[in-house]
Amino acid sequence: MSGAPQRIAIIGAGQAGGQAAYSLRLAGYEGAITLIGDEPAPPYQRPPLSKAYFKGEMEAERLFLKPLEYYAEHNIDLITGKAATAIDLQAKQVEIEGGASVPWDKLVIATGARPRKLAVEGSHLRNITELRTLADVDHLKAIAVPGARLVVVGAGYIGLEAAAVGSQLGLKVTVLEAMPQVLSRVAGPEIGAFYTHIHRAAGTDIRLGARLEAFEGLGQVTGVRLHGGEIVPADLVLVGVGVLPNLELALEAGLVCGNGIVVDADMRTSHPDVFAAGDVAWRPLVHYGREGRLESVHNAIEGGKLAAAAMLGLAAPALDVPWFWSDQFDLKLQTAGLWTGADETIVRGDPQTRAFAVFYLKEGRVIAVDAVNSAPEYIVGKKLVASQARVAPGELVDKSISMKDIGARALG
Amino acid sequence: MPKITYIDASGKERVVEAKNGMTVMETAIKHNIPGIDADCGGACACATCHVYVDAAFTDKVGKPSAMEQSMLDFAENVKENSRLSCQIKIRDDLDGLKVTTPESQH
Repeated sequence: MSGAPQRIAIIGAGQAGGQAAYSLRLAGYEGAITLIGDEPAPPYQRPPLSKAYFKGEMEAERLFLKPLEYYAEHNIDLITGKAATAIDLQAKQVEIEGGASVPWDKLVIATGARPRKLAVEGSHLRNITELRTLADVDHLKAIAVPGARLVVVGAGYIGLEAAAVGSQLGLKVTVLEAMPQVLSRVAGPEIGAFYTHIHRAAGTDIRLGARLEAFEGLGQVTGVRLHGGEIVPADLVLVGVGVLPNLELALEAGLVCGNGIVVDADMRTSHPDVFAAGDVAWRPLVHYGREGRLESVHNAIEGGKLAAAAMLGLAAPALDVPWFWSDQFDLKLQTAGLWTGADETIVRGDPQTRAFAVFYLKEGRVIAVDAVNSAPEYIVGKKLVASQARVAPGELVDKSISMKDIGARALG
Repeated sequence: MPKITYIDASGKERVVEAKNGMTVMETAIKHNIPGIDADCGGACACATCHVYVDAAFTDKVGKPSAMEQSMLDFAENVKENSRLSCQIKIRDDLDGLKVTTPESQH
Protein backbone atom coordinates (compact mmCIF):
# COMPACT_ATOMS: atom_id res chain seq x y z
CA MET A 1 0.00 0.00 0.00
CA SER A 2 2.02 2.98 -1.18
CA GLY A 3 0.96 6.26 0.37
CA ALA A 4 -1.02 4.37 2.99
CA PRO A 5 -1.98 6.44 6.00
CA GLN A 6 0.02 5.98 9.21
CA ARG A 7 -2.40 7.65 11.58
CA ILE A 8 -6.17 7.59 11.44
CA ALA A 9 -8.37 9.47 13.88
CA ILE A 10 -12.10 8.85 14.24
CA ILE A 11 -14.31 11.39 16.00
CA GLY A 12 -17.37 9.69 17.45
CA ALA A 13 -17.34 6.25 19.04
CA GLY A 14 -20.81 5.14 18.02
CA GLN A 15 -21.80 2.43 15.57
CA ALA A 16 -20.30 4.20 12.52
CA GLY A 17 -17.05 5.24 14.18
CA GLY A 18 -16.62 1.82 15.75
CA GLN A 19 -17.28 0.09 12.44
CA ALA A 20 -14.68 2.23 10.67
CA ALA A 21 -12.09 1.13 13.24
CA TYR A 22 -13.08 -2.56 13.05
CA SER A 23 -13.04 -2.53 9.24
CA LEU A 24 -9.59 -0.90 9.17
CA ARG A 25 -8.14 -3.67 11.36
CA LEU A 26 -10.03 -6.38 9.47
CA ALA A 27 -8.49 -5.09 6.24
CA GLY A 28 -5.00 -5.41 7.73
CA TYR A 29 -4.28 -1.75 8.38
CA GLU A 30 -1.50 -1.65 10.98
CA GLY A 31 -1.10 2.09 11.59
CA ALA A 32 -2.43 4.07 14.53
CA ILE A 33 -6.18 4.34 15.16
CA THR A 34 -7.54 6.81 17.70
CA LEU A 35 -11.25 6.50 18.37
CA ILE A 36 -12.62 9.48 20.29
CA GLY A 37 -16.02 9.29 22.01
CA ASP A 38 -17.70 11.73 24.35
CA GLU A 39 -19.74 9.07 26.15
CA PRO A 40 -18.23 6.95 28.92
CA ALA A 41 -19.04 3.62 27.24
CA PRO A 42 -17.20 1.97 24.35
CA PRO A 43 -19.13 1.79 21.04
CA TYR A 44 -22.54 0.22 21.67
CA GLN A 45 -25.77 -0.60 19.90
CA ARG A 46 -28.38 2.10 20.27
CA PRO A 47 -31.47 0.28 18.91
CA PRO A 48 -32.10 -1.76 22.10
CA LEU A 49 -32.11 1.43 24.20
CA SER A 50 -35.77 2.06 23.39
CA LYS A 51 -36.58 -1.66 23.44
CA ALA A 52 -35.02 -4.52 25.46
CA TYR A 53 -32.66 -2.31 27.46
CA PHE A 54 -35.41 0.07 28.58
CA LYS A 55 -37.53 -2.96 29.45
CA GLY A 56 -34.74 -4.25 31.69
CA GLU A 57 -34.14 -7.40 29.65
CA MET A 58 -30.57 -6.62 28.70
CA GLU A 59 -27.59 -5.41 30.71
CA ALA A 60 -25.43 -2.56 29.41
CA GLU A 61 -22.44 -4.76 28.68
CA ARG A 62 -24.49 -6.77 26.20
CA LEU A 63 -24.95 -3.62 24.16
CA PHE A 64 -21.23 -3.20 23.53
CA LEU A 65 -20.29 -3.82 19.89
CA LYS A 66 -16.97 -5.35 20.96
CA PRO A 67 -15.77 -6.39 24.38
CA LEU A 68 -13.57 -3.78 26.04
CA GLU A 69 -10.47 -5.99 25.62
CA TYR A 70 -10.89 -5.88 21.85
CA TYR A 71 -9.56 -2.33 21.63
CA ALA A 72 -6.30 -3.03 23.46
CA GLU A 73 -5.84 -6.34 21.64
CA HIS A 74 -6.24 -4.57 18.29
CA ASN A 75 -4.16 -1.58 19.24
CA ILE A 76 -7.02 0.87 18.94
CA ASP A 77 -6.59 3.88 21.20
CA LEU A 78 -10.12 4.28 22.52
CA ILE A 79 -10.64 7.60 24.27
CA THR A 80 -13.99 7.72 26.07
CA GLY A 81 -15.74 10.48 27.96
CA LYS A 82 -13.99 13.23 26.03
CA ALA A 83 -15.46 15.30 23.23
CA ALA A 84 -13.44 16.54 20.29
CA THR A 85 -13.46 20.33 20.39
CA ALA A 86 -11.89 21.33 17.06
CA ILE A 87 -10.58 19.97 13.78
CA ASP A 88 -7.49 21.63 12.33
CA LEU A 89 -7.36 20.78 8.63
CA GLN A 90 -4.00 22.55 8.07
CA ALA A 91 -2.09 20.97 10.95
CA LYS A 92 -4.12 17.76 10.52
CA GLN A 93 -5.03 17.29 14.12
CA VAL A 94 -8.08 17.02 16.33
CA GLU A 95 -8.24 18.90 19.59
CA ILE A 96 -9.93 17.10 22.44
CA GLU A 97 -11.31 18.16 25.81
CA GLY A 98 -8.55 18.63 28.33
CA GLY A 99 -6.17 20.15 25.79
CA ALA A 100 -4.67 17.08 24.11
CA SER A 101 -4.47 16.90 20.34
CA VAL A 102 -4.54 13.85 18.10
CA PRO A 103 -2.62 14.01 14.81
CA TRP A 104 -3.98 12.25 11.73
CA ASP A 105 -3.28 11.54 8.07
CA LYS A 106 -6.91 10.57 7.52
CA LEU A 107 -9.89 11.58 9.64
CA VAL A 108 -13.41 10.16 10.00
CA ILE A 109 -16.15 12.34 11.45
CA ALA A 110 -18.88 10.16 12.93
CA THR A 111 -20.32 12.60 15.42
CA GLY A 112 -23.88 11.37 14.99
CA ALA A 113 -26.91 13.42 15.88
CA ARG A 114 -28.56 14.82 18.97
CA PRO A 115 -32.23 14.91 19.92
CA ARG A 116 -34.05 17.99 18.75
CA LYS A 117 -35.25 20.14 21.66
CA LEU A 118 -38.69 21.65 21.87
CA ALA A 119 -38.63 25.41 22.20
CA VAL A 120 -41.53 25.60 24.61
CA GLU A 121 -41.95 26.94 28.10
CA GLY A 122 -40.95 24.54 30.86
CA SER A 123 -38.56 22.42 28.77
CA HIS A 124 -35.96 22.66 31.53
CA LEU A 125 -38.15 20.92 34.14
CA ARG A 126 -36.96 17.74 35.86
CA ASN A 127 -38.23 14.40 34.55
CA ILE A 128 -38.37 15.65 30.97
CA THR A 129 -36.05 13.29 29.16
CA GLU A 130 -34.86 12.32 25.73
CA LEU A 131 -33.65 8.96 24.48
CA ARG A 132 -30.37 8.79 22.65
CA THR A 133 -27.70 7.50 25.03
CA LEU A 134 -27.27 4.84 27.67
CA ALA A 135 -27.26 7.60 30.28
CA ASP A 136 -30.62 8.88 28.96
CA VAL A 137 -32.22 5.46 29.36
CA ASP A 138 -30.65 4.80 32.75
CA HIS A 139 -32.28 8.02 33.90
CA LEU A 140 -35.57 7.09 32.25
CA LYS A 141 -35.53 3.65 33.87
CA ALA A 142 -35.00 5.18 37.28
CA ILE A 143 -38.10 7.37 37.01
CA ALA A 144 -40.33 5.03 34.99
CA VAL A 145 -41.89 3.27 37.96
CA PRO A 146 -45.09 1.24 37.53
CA GLY A 147 -48.16 3.41 37.81
CA ALA A 148 -46.34 6.58 36.80
CA ARG A 149 -47.86 8.71 34.06
CA LEU A 150 -45.58 8.85 31.04
CA VAL A 151 -46.24 11.36 28.29
CA VAL A 152 -44.36 10.69 25.08
CA VAL A 153 -44.02 13.67 22.78
CA GLY A 154 -43.59 12.57 19.17
CA ALA A 155 -44.85 9.31 17.64
CA GLY A 156 -41.78 8.32 15.68
CA TYR A 157 -40.11 4.95 16.15
CA ILE A 158 -38.31 5.90 19.34
CA GLY A 159 -41.41 7.42 20.89
CA LEU A 160 -43.63 4.47 20.00
CA GLU A 161 -41.09 1.85 21.06
CA ALA A 162 -40.68 3.57 24.40
CA ALA A 163 -44.47 3.89 24.71
CA ALA A 164 -44.81 0.14 24.13
CA VAL A 165 -42.22 -0.67 26.79
CA GLY A 166 -43.76 1.89 29.15
CA SER A 167 -47.15 0.26 28.88
CA GLN A 168 -45.58 -3.18 29.39
CA LEU A 169 -43.83 -1.87 32.51
CA GLY A 170 -47.18 -0.77 33.92
CA LEU A 171 -46.98 2.94 33.25
CA LYS A 172 -49.97 4.95 32.17
CA VAL A 173 -48.92 6.19 28.74
CA THR A 174 -50.09 9.09 26.60
CA VAL A 175 -48.54 9.82 23.21
CA LEU A 176 -48.82 13.32 21.76
CA GLU A 177 -48.27 13.60 18.02
CA ALA A 178 -48.56 16.86 16.10
CA MET A 179 -49.30 15.18 12.75
CA PRO A 180 -52.59 13.45 11.91
CA GLN A 181 -50.90 10.00 11.93
CA VAL A 182 -48.15 8.26 13.86
CA LEU A 183 -44.84 7.46 12.11
CA SER A 184 -45.75 10.04 9.49
CA ARG A 185 -42.16 10.84 8.61
CA VAL A 186 -41.08 7.24 8.06
CA ALA A 187 -44.06 5.20 6.87
CA GLY A 188 -47.32 5.42 4.97
CA PRO A 189 -50.81 5.87 6.43
CA GLU A 190 -51.56 2.11 6.49
CA ILE A 191 -48.68 1.46 8.88
CA GLY A 192 -49.55 4.55 10.89
CA ALA A 193 -53.17 3.48 11.32
CA PHE A 194 -52.12 -0.04 12.31
CA TYR A 195 -49.74 1.10 15.04
CA THR A 196 -52.23 3.64 16.36
CA HIS A 197 -54.70 0.80 16.75
CA ILE A 198 -52.13 -1.49 18.42
CA HIS A 199 -51.11 1.10 20.99
CA ARG A 200 -54.68 2.11 21.75
CA ALA A 201 -55.61 -1.53 22.24
CA ALA A 202 -52.81 -1.75 24.81
CA GLY A 203 -54.41 1.09 26.75
CA THR A 204 -52.20 3.91 25.52
CA ASP A 205 -53.89 7.25 24.86
CA ILE A 206 -52.71 8.37 21.42
CA ARG A 207 -53.51 11.99 20.62
CA LEU A 208 -53.09 12.89 16.96
CA GLY A 209 -52.89 16.49 15.79
CA ALA A 210 -51.92 17.46 19.33
CA ARG A 211 -50.53 20.98 19.69
CA LEU A 212 -48.20 21.23 22.62
CA GLU A 213 -47.94 24.62 24.26
CA ALA A 214 -45.91 24.20 27.44
CA PHE A 215 -44.68 21.88 30.14
CA GLU A 216 -46.26 22.55 33.51
CA GLY A 217 -44.64 22.17 36.89
CA LEU A 218 -42.44 23.73 39.52
CA GLY A 219 -39.01 22.16 39.42
CA GLN A 220 -40.43 18.84 38.22
CA VAL A 221 -42.83 18.33 35.34
CA THR A 222 -46.43 17.69 36.35
CA GLY A 223 -48.20 18.00 33.03
CA VAL A 224 -48.19 19.00 29.39
CA ARG A 225 -50.40 21.89 28.35
CA LEU A 226 -52.04 21.62 24.95
CA HIS A 227 -53.43 24.31 22.69
CA GLY A 228 -56.87 25.12 24.06
CA GLY A 229 -55.73 24.80 27.64
CA GLU A 230 -56.10 21.09 28.40
CA ILE A 231 -53.37 19.77 30.66
CA VAL A 232 -52.30 16.14 30.27
CA PRO A 233 -50.94 15.07 33.66
CA ALA A 234 -47.41 13.68 33.64
CA ASP A 235 -44.90 12.28 36.11
CA LEU A 236 -42.35 11.99 33.35
CA VAL A 237 -42.10 13.12 29.75
CA LEU A 238 -40.08 11.62 26.94
CA VAL A 239 -39.45 13.96 24.02
CA GLY A 240 -38.75 12.12 20.77
CA VAL A 241 -39.18 14.63 17.99
CA GLY A 242 -36.27 13.78 15.74
CA VAL A 243 -32.58 14.58 15.74
CA LEU A 244 -30.20 17.21 14.42
CA PRO A 245 -26.83 16.21 12.95
CA ASN A 246 -23.78 17.20 15.02
CA LEU A 247 -22.21 19.39 12.36
CA GLU A 248 -20.46 22.03 14.42
CA LEU A 249 -16.90 20.67 14.20
CA ALA A 250 -17.18 20.15 10.45
CA LEU A 251 -18.71 23.57 9.86
CA GLU A 252 -16.06 25.33 11.94
CA ALA A 253 -13.36 23.49 10.02
CA GLY A 254 -14.85 24.76 6.77
CA LEU A 255 -16.11 21.44 5.37
CA VAL A 256 -19.08 21.62 3.03
CA CYS A 257 -22.29 20.90 4.95
CA GLY A 258 -26.00 21.05 4.34
CA ASN A 259 -28.40 19.05 6.46
CA GLY A 260 -25.39 16.85 7.18
CA ILE A 261 -21.73 16.71 6.20
CA VAL A 262 -21.74 16.41 2.42
CA VAL A 263 -19.87 13.29 1.25
CA ASP A 264 -19.40 11.44 -2.02
CA ALA A 265 -20.07 7.75 -2.67
CA ASP A 266 -16.89 6.85 -0.73
CA MET A 267 -17.98 8.97 2.26
CA ARG A 268 -15.28 11.51 1.43
CA THR A 269 -16.04 15.10 2.48
CA SER A 270 -14.97 18.24 0.63
CA HIS A 271 -11.47 17.64 2.07
CA PRO A 272 -9.73 14.69 0.37
CA ASP A 273 -8.41 13.21 3.64
CA VAL A 274 -11.54 13.68 5.70
CA PHE A 275 -14.51 11.30 5.71
CA ALA A 276 -17.87 11.30 7.42
CA ALA A 277 -20.14 8.38 8.29
CA GLY A 278 -23.32 7.57 10.16
CA ASP A 279 -26.19 9.87 11.11
CA VAL A 280 -24.12 12.98 10.39
CA ALA A 281 -23.33 12.19 6.74
CA TRP A 282 -25.30 13.61 3.81
CA ARG A 283 -24.58 10.92 1.25
CA PRO A 284 -25.63 9.71 -2.21
CA LEU A 285 -28.53 7.27 -1.96
CA VAL A 286 -27.63 5.22 -5.01
CA HIS A 287 -30.88 3.28 -5.22
CA TYR A 288 -32.83 6.52 -5.42
CA GLY A 289 -30.69 8.85 -7.52
CA ARG A 290 -30.62 11.50 -4.81
CA GLU A 291 -28.77 12.38 -1.64
CA GLY A 292 -29.88 12.26 1.95
CA ARG A 293 -29.11 11.62 5.55
CA LEU A 294 -30.12 8.27 7.04
CA GLU A 295 -30.44 7.46 10.73
CA SER A 296 -30.03 3.72 11.01
CA VAL A 297 -27.74 0.86 11.92
CA HIS A 298 -27.48 -0.10 8.26
CA ASN A 299 -26.27 3.37 7.34
CA ALA A 300 -23.79 3.51 10.22
CA ILE A 301 -22.25 0.13 9.38
CA GLU A 302 -22.14 0.79 5.66
CA GLY A 303 -20.67 4.26 6.07
CA GLY A 304 -17.98 2.98 8.43
CA LYS A 305 -17.05 0.22 5.99
CA LEU A 306 -17.00 2.57 2.99
CA ALA A 307 -14.83 5.15 4.74
CA ALA A 308 -12.38 2.47 5.90
CA ALA A 309 -12.07 1.02 2.40
CA ALA A 310 -11.60 4.45 0.82
CA MET A 311 -8.92 5.50 3.33
CA LEU A 312 -6.93 2.38 2.49
CA GLY A 313 -7.50 2.67 -1.25
CA LEU A 314 -9.46 -0.59 -1.35
CA ALA A 315 -12.49 -1.39 -3.48
CA ALA A 316 -15.75 -0.21 -1.95
CA PRO A 317 -17.94 -2.94 -0.41
CA ALA A 318 -21.27 -3.65 -2.10
CA LEU A 319 -24.04 -1.24 -1.13
CA ASP A 320 -27.15 -2.48 0.60
CA VAL A 321 -30.68 -1.16 0.26
CA PRO A 322 -31.46 0.92 3.36
CA TRP A 323 -32.97 -1.35 6.01
CA PHE A 324 -34.40 -0.83 9.44
CA TRP A 325 -36.49 -2.56 12.07
CA SER A 326 -38.72 -1.70 14.99
CA ASP A 327 -39.92 -3.93 17.84
CA GLN A 328 -43.15 -2.93 19.53
CA PHE A 329 -45.04 -5.39 21.75
CA ASP A 330 -44.92 -8.76 19.93
CA LEU A 331 -44.64 -7.09 16.54
CA LYS A 332 -41.52 -6.92 14.44
CA LEU A 333 -41.57 -4.31 11.72
CA GLN A 334 -38.90 -4.73 9.08
CA THR A 335 -38.40 -2.01 6.52
CA ALA A 336 -36.37 -2.02 3.32
CA GLY A 337 -35.96 1.00 1.10
CA LEU A 338 -37.23 4.55 1.41
CA TRP A 339 -40.88 5.15 0.70
CA THR A 340 -40.75 8.89 -0.14
CA GLY A 341 -42.04 9.55 -3.64
CA ALA A 342 -44.22 6.44 -3.91
CA ASP A 343 -47.14 6.77 -6.32
CA GLU A 344 -48.83 3.49 -5.43
CA THR A 345 -49.29 1.50 -2.23
CA ILE A 346 -50.15 -2.18 -2.05
CA VAL A 347 -51.17 -3.92 1.16
CA ARG A 348 -50.46 -7.64 1.20
CA GLY A 349 -52.23 -9.57 3.92
CA ASP A 350 -54.74 -8.44 6.53
CA PRO A 351 -53.54 -6.06 9.27
CA GLN A 352 -56.10 -7.67 11.59
CA THR A 353 -54.01 -10.84 11.57
CA ARG A 354 -51.03 -8.79 12.84
CA ALA A 355 -48.96 -10.05 9.91
CA PHE A 356 -49.04 -8.00 6.73
CA ALA A 357 -46.85 -5.87 4.50
CA VAL A 358 -47.12 -2.58 2.68
CA PHE A 359 -45.29 -2.26 -0.63
CA TYR A 360 -44.54 1.23 -1.90
CA LEU A 361 -44.20 1.52 -5.68
CA LYS A 362 -43.07 4.25 -8.00
CA GLU A 363 -43.73 3.85 -11.71
CA GLY A 364 -44.35 0.14 -11.26
CA ARG A 365 -41.19 -0.61 -9.30
CA VAL A 366 -41.01 -1.40 -5.60
CA ILE A 367 -39.11 1.39 -3.83
CA ALA A 368 -39.79 0.27 -0.25
CA VAL A 369 -41.57 -2.27 1.91
CA ASP A 370 -42.80 -2.18 5.50
CA ALA A 371 -43.35 -5.74 6.70
CA VAL A 372 -45.02 -6.51 10.03
CA ASN A 373 -44.26 -10.03 11.27
CA SER A 374 -43.69 -10.94 7.62
CA ALA A 375 -40.06 -11.83 6.97
CA PRO A 376 -40.58 -13.19 3.41
CA GLU A 377 -42.20 -9.93 2.33
CA TYR A 378 -39.29 -8.02 3.84
CA ILE A 379 -36.53 -10.12 2.32
CA VAL A 380 -37.99 -10.48 -1.16
CA GLY A 381 -39.13 -6.87 -1.03
CA LYS A 382 -35.57 -5.81 -0.28
CA LYS A 383 -34.35 -7.73 -3.32
CA LEU A 384 -37.03 -6.13 -5.47
CA VAL A 385 -35.93 -2.68 -4.32
CA ALA A 386 -32.28 -3.48 -5.04
CA SER A 387 -32.99 -4.84 -8.53
CA GLN A 388 -35.48 -2.09 -9.42
CA ALA A 389 -37.39 -4.85 -11.21
CA ARG A 390 -40.97 -4.34 -12.32
CA VAL A 391 -43.63 -6.33 -10.51
CA ALA A 392 -47.28 -6.86 -11.27
CA PRO A 393 -49.28 -5.21 -8.46
CA GLY A 394 -51.88 -7.96 -8.85
CA GLU A 395 -49.28 -10.51 -7.79
CA LEU A 396 -48.11 -8.57 -4.76
CA VAL A 397 -51.60 -8.31 -3.34
CA ASP A 398 -52.35 -12.01 -3.92
CA LYS A 399 -51.39 -14.05 -0.84
CA SER A 400 -51.91 -17.29 -2.80
CA ILE A 401 -48.74 -16.46 -4.72
CA SER A 402 -45.72 -16.92 -2.44
CA MET A 403 -43.10 -14.20 -2.09
CA LYS A 404 -40.58 -16.74 -3.32
CA ASP A 405 -42.49 -17.09 -6.60
CA ILE A 406 -43.04 -13.35 -6.93
CA GLY A 407 -39.32 -12.79 -6.38
CA ALA A 408 -38.31 -15.53 -8.82
CA ARG A 409 -40.55 -14.12 -11.56
CA ALA A 410 -39.57 -10.49 -11.09
CA LEU A 411 -35.88 -11.13 -10.61
CA GLY A 412 -35.60 -13.80 -13.30
CA MET B 1 -19.55 -23.03 31.85
CA PRO B 2 -20.53 -24.63 28.54
CA LYS B 3 -17.87 -24.72 25.85
CA ILE B 4 -18.77 -23.77 22.31
CA THR B 5 -16.66 -24.54 19.26
CA TYR B 6 -16.81 -22.22 16.29
CA ILE B 7 -15.49 -23.62 13.02
CA ASP B 8 -14.86 -21.21 10.18
CA ALA B 9 -15.40 -21.96 6.50
CA SER B 10 -11.76 -23.07 6.14
CA GLY B 11 -12.15 -25.60 8.97
CA LYS B 12 -10.26 -23.69 11.67
CA GLU B 13 -11.70 -24.36 15.14
CA ARG B 14 -11.95 -21.89 18.02
CA VAL B 15 -13.18 -23.11 21.40
CA VAL B 16 -14.58 -20.59 23.86
CA GLU B 17 -16.21 -20.69 27.28
CA ALA B 18 -19.76 -19.42 27.05
CA LYS B 19 -22.18 -18.06 29.62
CA ASN B 20 -25.67 -19.45 30.07
CA GLY B 21 -28.35 -17.10 28.81
CA MET B 22 -26.12 -15.40 26.28
CA THR B 23 -26.73 -16.32 22.66
CA VAL B 24 -24.33 -18.17 20.39
CA MET B 25 -24.06 -14.92 18.39
CA GLU B 26 -23.25 -12.76 21.43
CA THR B 27 -20.65 -15.26 22.57
CA ALA B 28 -19.02 -15.09 19.15
CA ILE B 29 -18.92 -11.29 19.23
CA LYS B 30 -17.51 -11.32 22.77
CA HIS B 31 -14.71 -13.62 21.66
CA ASN B 32 -14.14 -11.87 18.38
CA ILE B 33 -14.99 -14.92 16.28
CA PRO B 34 -14.77 -14.04 12.58
CA GLY B 35 -17.55 -14.97 10.18
CA ILE B 36 -20.49 -13.72 12.24
CA ASP B 37 -21.48 -10.14 11.39
CA ALA B 38 -24.69 -9.76 13.42
CA ASP B 39 -25.42 -6.33 11.97
CA CYS B 40 -28.74 -5.96 13.79
CA GLY B 41 -27.29 -6.99 17.14
CA GLY B 42 -29.55 -9.97 17.67
CA ALA B 43 -32.99 -8.70 16.71
CA CYS B 44 -33.60 -11.46 14.14
CA ALA B 45 -33.73 -8.69 11.55
CA CYS B 46 -30.74 -9.14 9.28
CA ALA B 47 -29.73 -12.83 8.92
CA THR B 48 -26.00 -12.04 9.12
CA CYS B 49 -25.30 -14.44 12.00
CA HIS B 50 -26.11 -17.61 10.09
CA VAL B 51 -24.41 -20.83 11.32
CA TYR B 52 -24.60 -24.56 10.67
CA VAL B 53 -25.27 -26.60 13.80
CA ASP B 54 -23.28 -29.82 14.24
CA ALA B 55 -25.45 -32.90 13.61
CA ALA B 56 -24.97 -34.16 17.17
CA PHE B 57 -26.70 -31.05 18.51
CA THR B 58 -29.46 -30.25 16.03
CA ASP B 59 -32.14 -31.89 18.21
CA LYS B 60 -30.96 -30.27 21.44
CA VAL B 61 -30.70 -26.83 19.84
CA GLY B 62 -34.20 -27.23 18.47
CA LYS B 63 -36.05 -25.81 15.54
CA PRO B 64 -36.13 -22.17 14.50
CA SER B 65 -39.18 -20.05 15.27
CA ALA B 66 -41.47 -19.11 12.40
CA MET B 67 -39.83 -15.68 12.06
CA GLU B 68 -36.34 -17.14 12.09
CA GLN B 69 -37.34 -19.84 9.61
CA SER B 70 -38.65 -17.18 7.23
CA MET B 71 -35.39 -15.25 7.51
CA LEU B 72 -33.46 -18.46 6.83
CA ASP B 73 -35.67 -19.42 3.88
CA PHE B 74 -34.17 -16.53 1.97
CA ALA B 75 -30.60 -16.50 3.27
CA GLU B 76 -27.70 -17.69 1.12
CA ASN B 77 -26.34 -21.25 1.31
CA VAL B 78 -28.97 -22.49 3.71
CA LYS B 79 -28.84 -26.15 4.73
CA GLU B 80 -30.99 -28.45 6.83
CA ASN B 81 -28.95 -27.53 9.94
CA SER B 82 -28.91 -23.77 9.41
CA ARG B 83 -29.80 -21.49 12.31
CA LEU B 84 -29.45 -17.82 13.16
CA SER B 85 -27.00 -17.83 16.04
CA CYS B 86 -28.69 -14.83 17.70
CA GLN B 87 -31.69 -17.07 18.36
CA ILE B 88 -29.78 -19.88 20.13
CA LYS B 89 -29.52 -19.29 23.87
CA ILE B 90 -26.74 -21.11 25.65
CA ARG B 91 -27.69 -23.64 28.32
CA ASP B 92 -25.79 -26.30 30.25
CA ASP B 93 -26.95 -29.07 27.93
CA LEU B 94 -25.41 -27.27 24.95
CA ASP B 95 -21.93 -27.82 26.41
CA GLY B 96 -19.72 -29.02 23.55
CA LEU B 97 -21.87 -27.42 20.85
CA LYS B 98 -20.13 -27.02 17.51
CA VAL B 99 -21.25 -24.52 14.91
CA THR B 100 -19.73 -23.76 11.52
CA THR B 101 -19.88 -20.33 9.94
CA PRO B 102 -20.67 -19.98 6.22
CA GLU B 103 -18.20 -18.49 3.78
CA SER B 104 -20.10 -15.22 3.68
CA GLN B 105 -23.02 -13.66 5.55
CA HIS B 106 -24.14 -11.59 2.59
